[in-house]
Amino acid sequence: MVIGLTQYLVVAAALFTLGVLGIILNRKNIIVILMSIELILLSVNINLVAFSTFHGDLVGQVFALFILTVAAAEAAIGLAILVTYYRNRGSIAVEDINMMKG
Amino acid sequence: MTVAAAFFYLFSTVMIASAFMVIAARNPVHSVLYLILAFFNAAGLFLLMGAEFLAMLLVVVYVGAVAVLFLFVVMMLDVDFAELKQGFLQYLPIGALIGAVVLIELVLVVGSWTFASDKVAAAAPAAVGVSNTAALGRILYTDYIYLFQASGLVLLTAMIGAIVLTLHHRPNVKRQDLAKQAARTPDEAIEIRKVPSRQGV
Repeated sequence: MVIGLTQYLVVAAALFTLGVLGIILNRKNIIVILMSIELILLSVNINLVAFSTFHGDLVGQVFALFILTVAAAEAAIGLAILVTYYRNRGSIAVEDINMMKG
Repeated sequence: MTVAAAFFYLFSTVMIASAFMVIAARNPVHSVLYLILAFFNAAGLFLLMGAEFLAMLLVVVYVGAVAVLFLFVVMMLDVDFAELKQGFLQYLPIGALIGAVVLIELVLVVGSWTFASDKVAAAAPAAVGVSNTAALGRILYTDYIYLFQASGLVLLTAMIGAIVLTLHHRPNVKRQDLAKQAARTPDEAIEIRKVPSRQGV
């Protein structure tokens, strides 16, 4: 059996689903939510690289590179906000994040 | 089954399993370690697709930086994670429903789509005779140089933002003040007193 574009897309779809599922299931733990977002971005990257490879177009890999950059920045900022929040409130439960609620 | 196909199934199986363990593990440290495993296997998939540079970048950036950052934060925060895990089963039915719907939709889209690969002209066809890294560098530094610089700016902003957010000065701690030190003159630093003989200060 030849591994083609469809197989890679199905794997990426499964990874994306697991990321969405992680966000829904771990609604209290914001660290796992951030990790689920990383999983979703990884599945998008797999999609882009798969299309890039099987269509012989390198632009997909350039785009995957930019997504990698943004994902790294997002993780750094998210964790920094998390640390600041923990210092102020002593908790990282999602239900306690309601200071800006009107 | 060829070796490449066997490796594809190995990498993708381990990656999906470890991604499942990321969201299912009780201990968040285990979650981060499974995330690292998932990224390693994704790098293997990238290698199979011939994207060597991105595979190495994934290992360096994600395993070397992002996952370690997650690990630091998980270990630094003194949180009762067992308590955070309480509502896990409560959301399981709705979560499983949404997950099944998303997966079925995605697989249907992938399965029923036919790709017109011969009709679409490649914007940057893969160059023959150069390595993946060299080809990627040629495209990145000629056609996408502004976007490349912009992504550098994004990283700079993220770095400054993270430092500003997490750096905090405790009160009652003596710190070195360079400007104050350098501004001192002999007039204010030294006091000359005339000491009378046999009387002391």
